[in-house]
Amino acid sequence: MSVIEFSRVEHSYGERPVLRGVDLVLGEGRIGIVGANGSGKSTLARMINGLVTPDLGTVTVDGLDVTRQGREVRRRVGFVFTNPDNQIVMPTVSEDVAFTLRKSGLSKPDVAKRVASTLERFGLAAHAEHPAHRLSGGQKQLLALASVLVAEPSVVVADEPTTLLDARNARLIGQMLSSLEQQVVVVTHQLELLDGFDRVVVIDEGRIVADDTPDAALGAYRSLIA
Amino acid sequence: MIGLYVPGSTLVHRAPALAKLGLLAVTIAVITVLQEPWQLAAAVGGVGVLFLAARIPPRMVWRHVVPILWLLAIAVPVQALFAGWTAALMMGGRVAASVALAALFTLTTTVSSVLDACQQLLRPFRRWVDGDRVGLLLALTIRCVPLTAEIVREVIEARRARGATGSLTALAVPVIVRSLQSAEALGEALVARGLDD
Ligand SMILES: Nc1ncnc2c1ncn2[C@@H]1O[C@H](COP(=O)(O)OP(=O)(O)OP(=O)(O)O)[C@@H](O)[C@H]1O
Ligand SMILES: [Mg+2]
Repeated sequence: MSVIEFSRVEHSYGERPVLRGVDLVLGEGRIGIVGANGSGKSTLARMINGLVTPDLGTVTVDGLDVTRQGREVRRRVGFVFTNPDNQIVMPTVSEDVAFTLRKSGLSKPDVAKRVASTLERFGLAAHAEHPAHRLSGGQKQLLALASVLVAEPSVVVADEPTTLLDARNARLIGQMLSSLEQQVVVVTHQLELLDGFDRVVVIDEGRIVADDTPDAALGAYRSLIA
Repeated sequence: MIGLYVPGSTLVHRAPALAKLGLLAVTIAVITVLQEPWQLAAAVGGVGVLFLAARIPPRMVWRHVVPILWLLAIAVPVQALFAGWTAALMMGGRVAASVALAALFTLTTTVSSVLDACQQLLRPFRRWVDGDRVGLLLALTIRCVPLTAEIVREVIEARRARGATGSLTALAVPVIVRSLQSAEALGEALVARGLDD
């Protein structure tokens, strides 16, 4: 497992403080982040791979500073967005997965092999040559996940990966995330996604207000938003 | 290319994209200067053989050929008025053969192999242009076609639901806003996927 460490992190967009004095050490395999709309969850999640950098304080992944060593960090940390349409870059399914490996130094046949086995694992093998934009919403999110995992990151961060999906596809993506050997950090409003997680962090107005086992933390969260 | 690729493993599919692109250019140039009807007939026959060799389903052939036939149905008689039927039919045959060849290229060549070909072509000029960036730019441009089409479709529907048909502003503003948002999100995703390497 990797270790993600937030140390006295502050962040504002303009005048507006979004994260205030966040201290966290995340070393568990399955970590959930919950909180009301606008509480700062996405900002926190984006910091783990340096898409947003802290104004004050530091964020590190296995000791690598996201501000100064963003590239190295992003090689370890894969990120799944809410809307897979924004994450899919290439026209066909297999090309999109291969896109992740274009700078990997692997030979063409090796890339093809890795892509094929990844598509197999995500149930997309039959769609390998199909246009990515014609997939269903659930398949698109599977593709986004496949394109992230083909690079074999050690951490996967997902920001509301099931928000746009129906219940069945949400479950499917949830199961996929649970089955990963990687460390997984999930931001979500769909609390059932966090079943079986090791730890849940509750954030409110940019502060951590609960950090516990899922049962305890979600209890605190429910009374917070009640 | 744009989702038109018909998967296959025939020789036509497997030939290197760069070679196909070169052949396409040369053949179209030759077709354009052919003078004798029998030469052109042979060329059209040759294109037909290539379609067969690539095992393109007749349905796909039809979809690509029909639009050209419409155009030719008008253009050939008009040309015949001025230059006579032989010249008009020659012109029609040249256009049909060239367009069919170009269609065959897009039906049998994936975008990524075209991008690779592009990068190879640009390699001698790498001091001035970054072939990888140009390839990516092309891929993103192609990717943006369905993305933008989807945005336009959704906005038109939303506009209809609110009874705001007809107003161009009501179409343009949300389309531009949504396109810019998508562009920003796509940019962020590219960074997350290691594009800044
Ligand atoms: N790029 C930005 N520029 C300016 N303000 C922003 C930006 N991104 C987020 N914010 C603001 O920062 C605050 C926290 O945003 P964030 O996206 O982290 O919240 P969130 O917890 O993910 O919310 P949600 O549940 O709605 O996704 C919000 O008030 C939001 O409006
Ligand atoms: Mg968010």
